[in-house]
Amino acid sequence: MRYAYYPGCSLERSAASYHTSAMKVADRLGLVFQEVDDWNCCGATEYFAINLLPAYALVARNLALVPGDLAQMAVPCSACYVNLKKTDKYMGKYPQLAQRVGQSLAAGQLGYRPGGVQVRHLLDIIVNDVGCDAITKGVVKPLTGLRVAPYYGCLIVRPENGFDNPEYPTSMDRLLRALGAKVVDYPLKAQCCGGHMTQISEKVAYELIRRLLHNAAEYDADVIACVCPMCQLNLDAYQGNVNRHFGTDYRIPILYFTQLMALALGLSAADAGLGSEIVSAQPALAKIAVEVPQEEDKKARKRADKRALPMPTMPDEEA
Amino acid sequence: MMGEKIGVYVCHCGSNIAGKVDVEEVARWAADLTNVEVSRHYEFMCSSLGQELVENDIQEKGLTRVVVAACSPHMHERTFRGACARAGLNPYLFEMANVREHDSWIHDEPVQATNKAKALVSAAVHRVTYHEPLEPMQAKINPATLVVGGGVAGIQAALEIAEAGYPVYLVEREPSIGGHMAQLDKTFPTLDCSACILTPKMFDAGNHPNITLLSYSEVEGVDGYVGNFTVTIRKKARFVNEELCTGCGICTEKCPKRVIDGVFEAGLGYRKAIYRPFPQAVPKYPVIDAESCIYFERGKCKACQMFCPTEAIDFEQEDGIVTVEVGNVILATGYDLFDTRKIPQYGYGRLANVFTSLEFERMVNAAGPTAGSIVLRDGVTTPGSVAIVHCVGSRDKNYHEYCSKICCMYSLKFAHLVHERLPGTEVYNFYIDMRTPGKGYEEFYHRLLEEGTHFIRGRVAEITDAVRRPGEEGKIIVQAEDTLMGAQRRIPVDMVILSPAIQARHDASHVAHLFGISCSHDNWLIEKHPKLDPVATMTDGIFIAGCVQGPKDIPDSVAQGAAAAARVLGLITQGEVELEPVRAIIDEERCSGCRICNNMCPYHAIDFIEDPGVSRVNPALCKGCGTCVAACPSGVVTGAHFSNEQIMAEIEGILVSLDGKEPIPEVEALTA
Amino acid sequence: MMASGNGQPSSPGTFFEEVIAKTPGGEALRLCLQCGTCGGSCPSGEDMDYTPRHIFAMLAANMKDKVLRSNTPWYCVSCYYCTERCPQEIPITDIMYTLKRMAIAQGLYEDADAPDWSQTFIGMVEQFGRSYELGLATRYHLTHRPLGKIRLGTFALDMLRRDRLALTPSSIRNTSQLRAILDKAKELEGAQ
Ligand code: SF4
Ligand code: SF4
Repeated sequence: MRYAYYPGCSLERSAASYHTSAMKVADRLGLVFQEVDDWNCCGATEYFAINLLPAYALVARNLALVPGDLAQMAVPCSACYVNLKKTDKYMGKYPQLAQRVGQSLAAGQLGYRPGGVQVRHLLDIIVNDVGCDAITKGVVKPLTGLRVAPYYGCLIVRPENGFDNPEYPTSMDRLLRALGAKVVDYPLKAQCCGGHMTQISEKVAYELIRRLLHNAAEYDADVIACVCPMCQLNLDAYQGNVNRHFGTDYRIPILYFTQLMALALGLSAADAGLGSEIVSAQPALAKIAVEVPQEEDKKARKRADKRALPMPTMPDEEA
Repeated sequence: MMGEKIGVYVCHCGSNIAGKVDVEEVARWAADLTNVEVSRHYEFMCSSLGQELVENDIQEKGLTRVVVAACSPHMHERTFRGACARAGLNPYLFEMANVREHDSWIHDEPVQATNKAKALVSAAVHRVTYHEPLEPMQAKINPATLVVGGGVAGIQAALEIAEAGYPVYLVEREPSIGGHMAQLDKTFPTLDCSACILTPKMFDAGNHPNITLLSYSEVEGVDGYVGNFTVTIRKKARFVNEELCTGCGICTEKCPKRVIDGVFEAGLGYRKAIYRPFPQAVPKYPVIDAESCIYFERGKCKACQMFCPTEAIDFEQEDGIVTVEVGNVILATGYDLFDTRKIPQYGYGRLANVFTSLEFERMVNAAGPTAGSIVLRDGVTTPGSVAIVHCVGSRDKNYHEYCSKICCMYSLKFAHLVHERLPGTEVYNFYIDMRTPGKGYEEFYHRLLEEGTHFIRGRVAEITDAVRRPGEEGKIIVQAEDTLMGAQRRIPVDMVILSPAIQARHDASHVAHLFGISCSHDNWLIEKHPKLDPVATMTDGIFIAGCVQGPKDIPDSVAQGAAAAARVLGLITQGEVELEPVRAIIDEERCSGCRICNNMCPYHAIDFIEDPGVSRVNPALCKGCGTCVAACPSGVVTGAHFSNEQIMAEIEGILVSLDGKEPIPEVEALTA
Repeated sequence: MMASGNGQPSSPGTFFEEVIAKTPGGEALRLCLQCGTCGGSCPSGEDMDYTPRHIFAMLAANMKDKVLRSNTPWYCVSCYYCTERCPQEIPITDIMYTLKRMAIAQGLYEDADAPDWSQTFIGMVEQFGRSYELGLATRYHLTHRPLGKIRLGTFALDMLRRDRLALTPSSIRNTSQLRAILDKAKELEGAQ
């Protein structure tokens, strides 16, 4: 399976571990990623706040640079993913926008027809194109005993991405289970990490980060797995600031889901890009070297009274 | 056809038509069309003065054809046909041009609207030239009626007709009649005990000599037309012989298999594999649910059979097919509740103490799983605070855009029941707008204000157990904007009740198709007229009542049940109906006997006559759909009132050029 | 004449209509029910001057100054919860972007931090075609927050120690092409 690959600025340096692990995992899974030549920044969440049309044109240049033989684009960063996907969608939906973006691109001898490139998040490709069954087969070092809290954040599922539930996504849960991890099903998994608020109001940002750390800690997560460099940065690099601000003592390592995949697929710690996280993953990862007996879910309900009323069943419930 | 004298009348409909269409100009223009003898415009053609205009012209000017350009034929075709008949003209020599619904109401630009009106009038004038006098057909009305659905609307309809002395077949899908109303505890705003007022009616329906109750049954096929329907009904195997069963209930007691009752108890309680949904069920006979029965699963058990004193258990019983002949049908199949799992942020199914309205109804019901006490999912803890969430899946383009109409009121009822049963409990109602239009409804709201309910105007954003602040531990937190304060609030509570939308039955579109009527995009069945004919449908002889037509409360459902019954009784007492003589006729002289049309006819109205080897249409069955007209390879089937000449003339008329009044050349080529 | 959200007539040229015109799919704004789902869902709703719903009521009343001076759009974290949940399918997050653009264009924002952050970021992108965190953060803090309300210190140090901050910007090759595209887009936008 071949895809155009759009890394985005963060993966060049601050999220290099995401890039390294994604590439190694892709290689192991037989996915071919061809980096879009001379791609540019997607404008993050900032450009749309300044100029509307240039913002769309900036994003569209990347779509225009995708070689014609590649129909799909893999994007590891959720913010880039939303911008690229939204630009393609809006160009299709609003012809006037499409026309003026087209005119702008033409000034650089480029062109893009909406619908020409299908923009997909890396997680979507791994879960739905490769599939959890194939991944289970490749697992050589299952993450048995590791309690992983899948953290989706916002932009991978909202606005309506079509591959997972925007309120209660489960694709990473399935993936992590396929890797042998104990998935922590905690309610805040799709809440916001604060995005750029760290730069605007520390009070607001730290509170948003604290909520997530607190909730994951309440559910005894050993590690939080994420799908976006912005989320990773906020939860990892600001964890110390949050602790100082609130007088708390969270020490939850924040890893990319691809890093955990790399470990489970038997790749080295270096290939998994480990070591660059600010909150050390060492103590948590020590757990997978040893066989930890499956512990009873802390939140599991007490033995029901015989008067207890039945719980409604969920159609997609997994044992 | 030449030498016809046509009268054209263009109606203003006040400003409804004249506000957009230049009616004077249309009348002036139409006067020059071929064969038009007189062309007038008038303020209200449907008034008695308007009708007299037509009648006088027929008599004085000797008109042989009439065209009225006004509203939809659904509104006034009968009116003007009547006027023609009164003046001695065959009513089928009349044609209507719809310049309101098809023109003035849907266009903005006056000049173009006027041109379109001219085209429509021209079409009608061309067509009417080829009309032929027809005589309506008469059909006898079978006095028996089919009522589908045994909820309160269906029960009411069945009883009204039965009381009037006519036979009724009442078909119910579930093992007992009663519908949703049988599940409720109290009814708003009077707080009558729901079961106390419903069970006598259920009993009457079950025992009335004129009502044949077909419970645990479903309609599979419908044939025929008003006055003469043939209906096929599947009677699902109960595995209990109704002749022998006394309804003693020993079987249920002895059955070792307990399953969650997802229907009557709304998932909050249990039932056995052989069960009667509730003690007052009508009929009293239990059914075996083959899906959960141990015998059907593993081939042994039969505990029920062992203990049944009358040997009524029959594991060999099979589904039966019953065919009934009826003159009219009333559909009262009710509604489904919206599945709250579709809104994951409300936590239903994940957070134990989030309940649906129907679960709560069963909980507060003295005959329900908790014998009427309000408790959390653990079955013992009493909540100290309860949040009630309005508009779950209603008024939301992501789910149902419409307002479900009854939720505000039953949510208020829940608040009252909590205050009454658990004094001191804090109750929060989260609403967008408080909708209490109904007799005594607003007063009920005021009563709740007095009782100290906390009303928060804001649609709930999310319900979570993720603790953010002290005081939230161990609670479920309801987060919403209090829009009257303009601030976000998080209210920690012990119990949440969701008030889901009511939605069309999952199989409503199938039912509509089966009975040949239509449903709206959200699958409610469509009435003939939203104001003036709310229980009839576009298909004669098929009526609708209750929530199958749209959300409504108990009094409205009962009123519709009775109204539908009254409409049916009217037809029954008439004894006969006039049927449109719009029928296919086969020219037997020229029929080649190929029989292609025989199988094409959706109403099985065409028979092959061995001698002389031709096909013949049974006019009583033919609906005039025209399938055979198009299918006949020899082109010898004519649809009366829809003949090829009439259709072609109509097309020619609509394409006439506005100045020269001559058909556009291509059209001539087309029709040549 | 069109009826606006609060039933008052709203004619072209009003602030309300301008916001609608400047947002793709903005017409949906007329359908706001004032239900508060957005305000209830917003992660930073507690810290906003006005909730998104409140802003929409003010928009319909054409309270331009108050709306554009409020911190609400700047406190939007682009989580899209409101957009996802709004029962009238109003593109709320996009409207927040529009309000930011309008506030910048008209110089009508009170707290300068947020718009400056956006502009610093964009300046970087327009110059190099890529963003780089250290340059961005330092330039921003040196120009706008010399007293450093945020403890950038430990953050930057931690990041540097793990080699996660670039000291020099990386750049795309074809910067002139990008500039041509952006110049054209700005020209078209200005001509609107
Ligand atoms: S959620 Fe939508 S309809 Fe409700 S107040 Fe916000 S914008 Fe208006
Ligand atoms: S997208 Fe912005 S306005 Fe909407 S909920 Fe998220 S932060 Fe609030």
